[in-house]
Amino acid sequence: MTDTVASHVPLVEYLVLGDKPHLVAQECTSCGARFFDRRNACAKCFATDFRQVDIATTGVVRTFTIVAYAAPGIPVPFVSAVIDCEGTSVRANLIEVPADPEHVSTGMNVELATYSLGVDDNGAEAIGFGFRPVAA
Amino acid sequence: MSASDEIWILGIHMTKFGKYPNHDVVDLGAEAIMGALADAQVTMADIGILAAGNLMGSGGIGQQLQKQVGQTGIPVFNVSNACATGATALRTAIMAVKAGEVDMGLAVGVEKLAGAGLLGGGGKSKSDDNVWSPSGRYGAVAPTDGRIGTDTMPGVFAQIGMEYGHKYGGTSFELFARISEKNHSHSTLNPLAAYNKAMSLEQIMGDIMIAYPNTRPMCSANCDGAAAAVVVSGAKLKTLSLEQQRRAIKVTASVLTSDPWQEACQILPDVNTLTRNAALQAYELAGVGPEDLDLVELHDCFATAELVHYDNLMLCEEGGAVDFFNSGAPWRDGRLPVNVSGGLQSKGHPISATGIANIWEVCQHLRNEGGQRQIEGAKVGLAHVIGLGSACGIHVLESSAA
Repeated sequence: MTDTVASHVPLVEYLVLGDKPHLVAQECTSCGARFFDRRNACAKCFATDFRQVDIATTGVVRTFTIVAYAAPGIPVPFVSAVIDCEGTSVRANLIEVPADPEHVSTGMNVELATYSLGVDDNGAEAIGFGFRPVAA
Repeated sequence: MSASDEIWILGIHMTKFGKYPNHDVVDLGAEAIMGALADAQVTMADIGILAAGNLMGSGGIGQQLQKQVGQTGIPVFNVSNACATGATALRTAIMAVKAGEVDMGLAVGVEKLAGAGLLGGGGKSKSDDNVWSPSGRYGAVAPTDGRIGTDTMPGVFAQIGMEYGHKYGGTSFELFARISEKNHSHSTLNPLAAYNKAMSLEQIMGDIMIAYPNTRPMCSANCDGAAAAVVVSGAKLKTLSLEQQRRAIKVTASVLTSDPWQEACQILPDVNTLTRNAALQAYELAGVGPEDLDLVELHDCFATAELVHYDNLMLCEEGGAVDFFNSGAPWRDGRLPVNVSGGLQSKGHPISATGIANIWEVCQHLRNEGGQRQIEGAKVGLAHVIGLGSACGIHVLESSAA
């Protein structure tokens, strides 16, 4: 058993790990538009100053699909969804829920959750995220 | 020449859509061009500009096609705009005529897509050295398709349709399947469709699920095909034969839009706003409203997409797409027939050809040359395509007698 805590690597840069994992966005300081990647200017108002903001970790499923047929190597079925996190739309899989239309619906309340993607040769563990159902 | 206010389609042609194992894109594109020139009763000597689209090939399709049908030294614009590529080629030729630079232009779109499978997904694999290393705009250490939602088209458009249902209610797996049932039924009258077999609701719902609620027959059919059109200025048309003038179809609106910023557009393509914007512009330019349309060919790349475009094109009240469909309106014997060709789900979707082939379909009816699927008395029609990214092309067409 190793005595060191392996370093953790987020699946994407906009996932912040730690005690309270959450997503972050670049917010336009002029109009408030939010982006998960870097922009030269705001796509909404063209201003050029951004600040990093935390995204709410709970939200409501606005739409979803259950992907049954995907590119080679991608495990199916999985639930792809758009979650309204207090006004910011987030793209994610729904996890910890059966991937069938009896268990997934629009309007569901969900919360961010993380899971392991595996450990690399350097002992670093990659961490992914999804959203799981919470009681209404 | 001077700037032209009037634009007409002088000739137009589509190949049969389907599988062409012994034809390449040049063969298919050339067949469409030769057909359009013959339909227009002109030759390459009359053409002042060529705009050409082909997404999956090696590039430079316009020049390749010139070598096949006639090299006259005219400017060639090779265009690329996802599924709106054909409409973009046509729009390009129309702009040149409208600007007065030429009095006749040619647009062509061609694709070889039979057996292409899923489009849009995948992404690169983790590197061989088994080390998580960030790459790309999101600093991803592993492919995000399948881990952070889906990149593949059936799933993207499924979410677009499900979002409409969440917003307005009334949608279900069965409702979306019924839309597909309509288009497959329509295709039985179209000999140029890739598939022209009717499918029952049970067959459609019981077929292989691709991305809920889209089963396989609810997805656009990958196939091979090409379409081409000759456009001419109003002034030039007046110098041509009465027969050419009689068969010419007036382009009363030619619009291309991209998506304006919307809150969620970075994570799920917003196909709604740019389509609505294009429709508003098109109706204004054409001086008609949705109530004046006799038929519509819209971009039903998936059954879930057709529903939202009833609303986006304002064929119904806002939020009323489900009621519009349930009223029977978009069936060929309904109040406003939609996709009487069979649509992309049945006629097929050779990407770059689609945006001209849907205009060909409308022209057939406006010329009263629709054969067994003629919509009687059709005078005004609308053709719509959308390419993700996004680009939306809308053309409003009127018969010369209108």
